[in-house]
Amino acid sequence: MKALLLRDLALAFRSGGGFGLGLAFFFLLSVLVPLGVGPEGGTLGRIAPGILWVGALLACLLSLDRIFALDHEDGSLDLLATAPIPLEAVVAVKALAHWLVTGLPLTLIAPGLAVFLNLPAGGYGWLVLSLLLGTPALSVIGAFGAAITVGLRRGGLLLSLLVLPLYVPTLIFGGEVVRRGAEGMALATPLALLAAISLGAAALLPFAAASAIRVNLR
Amino acid sequence: MSIWEYANPKKFMQTSAWALPWAVGLTVILLVTGLVWGFFFTPDDYKQGSTVKIIYLHVPSAMMAINAWVMMLVTSLIWIIRRHHVSALAAKAAAPVGLTFTLIALVTGALWGQPMWGTWWAWDPRLTSFLILTLFYCGYMALWAAVEDPDTAADLTSILCLVGSVFALLSRYAVNFWNQGLHQGASLSLDKEENVSDVFWLPLLVCIAGFVLLFVTMVLLRTRTEIRARRLKALLARERVA
Repeated sequence: MKALLLRDLALAFRSGGGFGLGLAFFFLLSVLVPLGVGPEGGTLGRIAPGILWVGALLACLLSLDRIFALDHEDGSLDLLATAPIPLEAVVAVKALAHWLVTGLPLTLIAPGLAVFLNLPAGGYGWLVLSLLLGTPALSVIGAFGAAITVGLRRGGLLLSLLVLPLYVPTLIFGGEVVRRGAEGMALATPLALLAAISLGAAALLPFAAASAIRVNLR
Repeated sequence: MSIWEYANPKKFMQTSAWALPWAVGLTVILLVTGLVWGFFFTPDDYKQGSTVKIIYLHVPSAMMAINAWVMMLVTSLIWIIRRHHVSALAAKAAAPVGLTFTLIALVTGALWGQPMWGTWWAWDPRLTSFLILTLFYCGYMALWAAVEDPDTAADLTSILCLVGSVFALLSRYAVNFWNQGLHQGASLSLDKEENVSDVFWLPLLVCIAGFVLLFVTMVLLRTRTEIRARRLKALLARERVA
């Protein structure tokens, strides 16, 4: 499992691995939104939590189809399916690798980009915390979507259509945490629910994703 | 005699051929009665005027939009557990019907909301939930259309339906949490003191029954079509081999 994780990370970081794509998208979005909306600090600060969360979500979405598609094309997914570790673990490791190359860097650069968007000072800590708790759910749900569409040619569009409604609760609670944090309100409830979604998705979805892969490899 | 007999396509086709005319007849009778009664023989509401009458389309279709998903969930479970093809085909047949009900509910809601709330659309929890439900239906149907092998498609859509149900429920509570509602609360519950007045309630009940039967009719019809299409495919494949 460790070897698989290292292999996935190495593949992602080498050139053409798509590591920078999500980050670049997130960066561009945070720069373009103020240019489009106008430089007025109050407006930007109010929409900053939502923009940052939507940006992180879309940046995650960009690289989802890489989770299984490449391995499916060159046949290594078949090898992994017959490997001694269970397919559920393979899915979990691949989702973890996806999170390490997209979710985690996004979380780390988010406070820097929040400066562009004029996020109120109280929001920074909660932004990082909510992304840290929420982006794993994005990766795991995305891995499930990628597993469902792995056998399809041109599965990319279908993948986004399937995954978007599944992302709704994460986005709502994540955005809510930051918004409340920025306004200095109580935020224990959305924070706990966000963590619950991540934990629940990480615990259960690998099973669903693994069964989908088995169907697709049949 | 057990319900699993109907998992046999032949038995299902026989029984549904017998049941379909009855279902069609009852649907027509109930819908015509309910809608005519509701549209022409109920008084206007003192505040809403005659726009209140859209309730006879809006409420039943909204109820059936959710019930259709529940039915798909049950049939998907049966397919995953017992691998009865009729079950998977019934789920496939129900999805477009459910999507249509969802769209009817959204459109009639918008038509009513424009004069009453002063807006076609508000990000109210119920409206948002229905928008998300529309997305789920679209994704489900797109997945059926995208996968070529019918058994693979049935498996994948069933898994999607199970996972989607969990997330649909989550989304419902999430949007409740996210925004306070503009939409009125339930006024048809059996266990509440204050409900909608009987004058509106009785024709509405007839309309709901009519929509339930409409759903049953459509699903039976579409499942029969799917089974026939499957048989046709098998015949063609056999001819090609011969």
